[in-house]
Amino acid sequence: MSAITSYLKSLALLELLGGMRVTIGYFFKPKFTIMYPEEKTPKSNRFRGLLALRRYPNGEERCIACKLCEAVCPALAITIDSEQRDDGTRRTTRFDIDLFKCIFCGFCEESCPVDSIVGTDVHEYHMEERSESVITKPQLLALGDRLEQQLAADRQQDAPYR
Amino acid sequence: MMDHLMALGWILIKILAITIPLILAVAFLTLAERRVIGAMQVRIGPNRVGPWGLFQPFADVIKLLMKEVILPAKSNRFLFVLAPMLTLIPALVAWAVIPFEEGMVLAQIDAGLLYVLALTSVGVYGVIIAGWASNSKYAFLGAMRSAAQIVSYEIAMGFALVGVLVAAGSLNLTEIVLGQQGGIWNWYFIPLFPLFIIYFISGVAETNRAPFDVAEGESEIVAGFHVEYSGAAFALFFLGEYANMILISLLAALMFMGGWLSPLEAVPGIEGTFLAAPSIVWLLLKTMFFLFLFLWFRATFPRYRYDQIMRLGWKVFIPITIVWILVVALFVVKQWLWWAP
Repeated sequence: MSAITSYLKSLALLELLGGMRVTIGYFFKPKFTIMYPEEKTPKSNRFRGLLALRRYPNGEERCIACKLCEAVCPALAITIDSEQRDDGTRRTTRFDIDLFKCIFCGFCEESCPVDSIVGTDVHEYHMEERSESVITKPQLLALGDRLEQQLAADRQQDAPYR
Repeated sequence: MMDHLMALGWILIKILAITIPLILAVAFLTLAERRVIGAMQVRIGPNRVGPWGLFQPFADVIKLLMKEVILPAKSNRFLFVLAPMLTLIPALVAWAVIPFEEGMVLAQIDAGLLYVLALTSVGVYGVIIAGWASNSKYAFLGAMRSAAQIVSYEIAMGFALVGVLVAAGSLNLTEIVLGQQGGIWNWYFIPLFPLFIIYFISGVAETNRAPFDVAEGESEIVAGFHVEYSGAAFALFFLGEYANMILISLLAALMFMGGWLSPLEAVPGIEGTFLAAPSIVWLLLKTMFFLFLFLWFRATFPRYRYDQIMRLGWKVFIPITIVWILVVALFVVKQWLWWAP
């Protein structure tokens, strides 16, 4: 008996019609799509985008060339050369990040004792020549200067959890 | 001499009047498919090229036409080039006997239904030849699957059409539609309901659309019979597949849903108004409904397993159609209900 009823049920295509009811339901639902360049999803304050170098409020660069970030970088994307400045402090002469190697893991930011190298929330960038993949110290500092307010605010917000 | 040329020119104009809207319909059907499936997957679909993405199909076509047609080194060149034409040409030629309204038909022939059935079957040769000429295992597997599937479903489809033939007493598509006059109650999808369902499902299988798209089966055999095709040759396969979808939908509308007849024909109160009048608009609306079903199916059902396809075709559809033909024949002979004199 149950064999016959199940046969009749499958002949009536009940399961298929049930499936079609589900899809037509979704057809009329509001869509999740974000219209990307015009609309954007909110970003976390811990977002790890393009790297940048910060300065102290008095304009002195934070980086003391300890090279911890260079040591911790799993992708070997960071290259640092250093010298002793006339005032006796150690500073970098060269701070290169190869964006083709960088995997945006954020270890450099974690390792930095002076909060110098940081991940910004910039994720939209491009380069037109291969050589532009290596960003140098002036570029990193310029990016840090440009975004300083945002960077400071993000770190302030995250501080209680660190 | 002049008369013959005039007649020839007139026929050419008619052919263009059918094929150009058809090709445009195919273009917009591809867009509609992406938008409808997108909506069913709770996303939006292409909406960037032109207003509401309306120019997307043209961007796609231009891209395909600019691309290189790669001829695989070990393929059979002649057959490789011939195959896309063999799929597209029957898909277009079949439109010759399709009536769009009473008298609006390119070729008024009495064996119209037979002609359509014959030409839709010829399309499978394009698929088989494409699979063989490509000299690629995936293409060959796809072609084999497609051949077996189309041959099986052709029978069920043919029997479903025999039911229509018995009910209408004619193979002429215009007469089949005119046989359904007198309101929605007289449309053949009611007395021939099982045949109607089987016809449409077989039509989905015949056009290799989901859930019967094992001939393409991206997850198993890459793209099936057209793996090796690119550029314009690929575009022809695409065009053929979508033209066939429109043809199957239009035939379903003609044979089971009263073609260009109005569904409000016998409703009291609006007789004589434009709503009750037969019109090509009704035919196009019905066709769009069936095309929407094609897209709806694709968004809903997972692909059938190959043995399930064969089981469904041979052990379910063919027995049901045979039984129902006998039932319909009995009704017609005894002049019961719909066939009361």
